[in-house]
Amino acid sequence: MLEIKCPYCGKRSQNEFSYGGDATIKRPQLGEEISTEDWDNFVYYRDNPRGKHSELWHHVSGCRQWFKVSRDTATHEIFDTCKMNEDFNV
Amino acid sequence: MSNSFRTTNSTGLINKDKKINFTFNGTIYHGYEGDTLASALIANGVHLVGRSFKYHRPRGFLGVGVEEPNAMVQLHDGNKSEPNIIATEVELVEGLKAKSQNCWPSVQFDIGEINNVLNRFFPAGFYYKTFMWPKSFWMKIYEPFIRKAAGMGKAPLLPDPDRYEHNYEHCDVLVVGSGPSGLASALAAAKNGARVILAEDKPNFGGSLLTDEVTIGNMSGKEWASDTISQLKSMPNVILKKRSQVFGYYDHNMTVMIERVSDHIENPSKYTPRQRLHYIRAGEVIVSTGSIERPISFGNNDRPGIVLASAAKEYMKVYETLVGKKPIIFTNNDTAYSTALEFIKNDIEPIIVDTRDSSNGELVKEVQQKGISIKFNSGIADTKGHLKINSAIIGKLDSSKESFISEETVECDCICMSGGWTPTVHLSSQAGNKLKFNDDIDAFVPDKKRQKETAIGAANGSFTLNQSLAEGFQVGFDLSNKFTDQNNPTNSPNSNEPSYEKHEKLWCMPLPSGKKPKRFIDFQNDVAVSDVELAIREGFRSIEHVKRYTTLGMAGDQGKTSNLNGLQYVSKIEKKIVPEVGHTTFRPPYTPVTIGAIVGREVGNHYLPTRKSPIHTWHEENNAVFVAAGLWQRPRYYPMGSEDMNSAVNREAANVRKNVGICDVTTLGKIDIKGPDAPEFLNRVYTNAWLKLPVGKARYGVMLREDGMVFDDGTTSRLSENHFHMTTTTAQAANVLSHLEYYLQVVWPDLDVNVLSTTEQWSGIAVAGPKSRDLLSKLFPDVDMSNEGLPFMGLVDSSIDGIKARIYRISFSGELAYEVNVESNYGLYTWKKIMEVGQSFDIQPYGTEALSTLRIEMGHVAGAELDGRTIPFDVGLNSMVSQKKDFIGKRSLSKDAFTESDRQTIVGLVPLDKKTKIPEGSHIIEDNSAVAPIPKLGHVSSSCWSVEYNNPFSIAIIKDGKNKIGKNLYAVSPLKDISIPVEVVSSHYVDPEGSRVRS
Ligand SMILES: [Zn+2]
Repeated sequence: MLEIKCPYCGKRSQNEFSYGGDATIKRPQLGEEISTEDWDNFVYYRDNPRGKHSELWHHVSGCRQWFKVSRDTATHEIFDTCKMNEDFNV
Repeated sequence: MSNSFRTTNSTGLINKDKKINFTFNGTIYHGYEGDTLASALIANGVHLVGRSFKYHRPRGFLGVGVEEPNAMVQLHDGNKSEPNIIATEVELVEGLKAKSQNCWPSVQFDIGEINNVLNRFFPAGFYYKTFMWPKSFWMKIYEPFIRKAAGMGKAPLLPDPDRYEHNYEHCDVLVVGSGPSGLASALAAAKNGARVILAEDKPNFGGSLLTDEVTIGNMSGKEWASDTISQLKSMPNVILKKRSQVFGYYDHNMTVMIERVSDHIENPSKYTPRQRLHYIRAGEVIVSTGSIERPISFGNNDRPGIVLASAAKEYMKVYETLVGKKPIIFTNNDTAYSTALEFIKNDIEPIIVDTRDSSNGELVKEVQQKGISIKFNSGIADTKGHLKINSAIIGKLDSSKESFISEETVECDCICMSGGWTPTVHLSSQAGNKLKFNDDIDAFVPDKKRQKETAIGAANGSFTLNQSLAEGFQVGFDLSNKFTDQNNPTNSPNSNEPSYEKHEKLWCMPLPSGKKPKRFIDFQNDVAVSDVELAIREGFRSIEHVKRYTTLGMAGDQGKTSNLNGLQYVSKIEKKIVPEVGHTTFRPPYTPVTIGAIVGREVGNHYLPTRKSPIHTWHEENNAVFVAAGLWQRPRYYPMGSEDMNSAVNREAANVRKNVGICDVTTLGKIDIKGPDAPEFLNRVYTNAWLKLPVGKARYGVMLREDGMVFDDGTTSRLSENHFHMTTTTAQAANVLSHLEYYLQVVWPDLDVNVLSTTEQWSGIAVAGPKSRDLLSKLFPDVDMSNEGLPFMGLVDSSIDGIKARIYRISFSGELAYEVNVESNYGLYTWKKIMEVGQSFDIQPYGTEALSTLRIEMGHVAGAELDGRTIPFDVGLNSMVSQKKDFIGKRSLSKDAFTESDRQTIVGLVPLDKKTKIPEGSHIIEDNSAVAPIPKLGHVSSSCWSVEYNNPFSIAIIKDGKNKIGKNLYAVSPLKDISIPVEVVSSHYVDPEGSRVRS
């Protein structure tokens, strides 16, 4: 079980959180003209890297905030966590 | 022969003043307080405890602790029965019952032993090869046969009556194992102010100090251990746990430990758990798990009475028990001589067989000084004795040590063997440590760590006491310094122990002349030298493949005694060095763990939390039959007298259509939405328009996922300019909240909106039926309930007996209906009040079944239609989709597949005979006589008995549904062998114009 540092609450066990996928995905603007291919890339396609991955987590059994986690998908090492409007330090 | 194998000394840890009676295979024996099941049986001369896994060979004890691969027994009976328990780990308790496993009819005479006679037909990979074909034989012949013949103990069929607890712990330093290095590190860390947990698997702290003749400072090793434990006990920053095995090392320094709380207590108090599972998140983990002695492979080296030399010593020193009275010590190193000396102390002269040419070790000399001659350059070639060893064939090794020059038969009743020592690296390996091979000790030791884990002492390959203590004190201090600022090191005391000479790299004896007895490597999985040879001959090269093909080092045992001997043998055949062969991965759990302990208290009603509405007690008092809706308990129906479910449901539903019904809808998800951008936010979340919804009005909304599938639906109302009250389905309440939070926090943080769950703050009561207006007028005389005063989708605040209430005119049943919301605590009062006033309007409560009936007849969609695979078009909600604005998931709706003209749509189905109910999940096909595979048009999502028309009615989602209305199709359920001719009708079966809700 991972130990994740919520930027609002501090270190908590993984069972308080839910996973939210790739944090670098940007939703297309509302009303934006967009090709089917680009839309499909947004909805369905995700990279599956081995190594450093920037991802979203939601502190569902805590403060209910979404935030960013920089994690190694192979070793589970967590390099940094930050609020949505912040950038990772490492 | 009662306890005839006890020593006469009393230097051990058992209490001979307290007798304990127990039963093994139906015979009553006694042992003493402090015994294990294993030591007590051995003291009674019982070595035969089970049959081996594959060949059903008679097996006895090999070890004295967790390393034991053979002595697995079935404990207790009835609902307390537990299989595969290691007898060396069971503390004796009055009345204990145990029996052998994997044998029938008895351990002495086992039918399965035929496998041993036929053993050339059961080589490695036997199952893979033999049972592959013909394929059709698998289910009927092979599988049941293997099931019967294989398998160890029997799982109990009754619920476990015992109580298990979970505990979460945090500490700076967790020390696993209380031998010299573990004690030293715990003491150093604790004295430096760190919060320390020290875990020991056995009932006594001290590890090897309990059996080794050493001194530390001016104390014996045993005294130093007990002195150190007293010091630790007095410190408030230390938790000491014995009978506690750390069996798993997971990510981010999460370890899991099982504590045997009351297994050893005769009559534990009612509220004492049997076992406790501790999740320990440790800042640093010190792995001081020691080492395990290695067996030696030789002919028939698995007979009862053949044990590890260290086990024999511990049985004598701790349990005052002799594994035999005519022992042979067989070794490739010096440590087994301490076992020889222990026998000599008990006036027993052992025969000593040493593979080496000579040794000048202190213990060897001491043995020689006692006048005992040692058979150097010798090995055991074979053994005899069916249910217990009675003799050994000792051979003189030639110079290459590849064969025997001469052989002699020697009588004996036990063999104590030692192939040297293997560091217990399981936890480090589980933690991701890349092990390295240490040539000096011919074993793997931890090297490159991935987590905050440090191995010390024998687990780190440091086999001398001096080194172990020094490492312990140093590492304990260094690691604790990360957590405290006391900088208070503890010095390592002087210690004294015998010096040892090096072991010989020899773990497998040559075969005796003219014979090919099995030489076992892995006792638990019945893997012999010949199996490893076969695997390699058949081309398996990777050690991971050899492991799986032969089953070497698998299962509960995890190769504790077999792993390295297997590797050594592979490397010998392959002519590679061991590090080139590599090692297999160690996996948790290190020792078998009771499933009950893993489950903990999450059984029965504690499996999940139960959510009850504030009106629950009324439902109970009024005979409600409940159904689980997620975590909620909801009334399903309220049978009257001897009514069955169908008649109760029909009565309840019909009463709503005719008079008025009342339904508890508290479970619906409710979300409070506030902020200047709230209307804009709803406009983006829902498919329809929200900007112009007037204050005091409700609107039905549908929300999609980005892939265009319907996510949820519900009514949301505008309470004031910037304040909305959203309702969701019961099932999706939590997911909708997360979804809204995601868009507000991640996608559109510029929107000034706050969302908050208010599901549990409101109690919701639906009042539905043609008489509902009259009833509500009486309840709320101040409110104008006329169609103009409170129109469909309107809402109004009022009060009832001083309780604030909000009345929504909304309908799920398709009838004229209202929903009264009050603060949760007043839900029950309000419900009772409505029931009371409703008597004169023939009010009746209705449950979820009638609720479903009413909505299905009306063609209102619910979870069965909104199953994550339907877009608005499919479920008749296209009119809800705004063409003017963008919203979540809209772009997906214009994808090719979603705009095909013959796309699936929702329809109604009525069986032609107007009698047969169509099972939900049935397939819809066009031609009943077609040959399979028959193209499927769609499926039945919801079924009910229409109370309006008094015949069955179903909702289905079928391809090109809108053009199928009026046609006859078939609803088939091949599993139930049902085929029902049906007519396709509109899904709006009752009141298609929707006039009732607006009346
Ligand atoms: Zn938080």
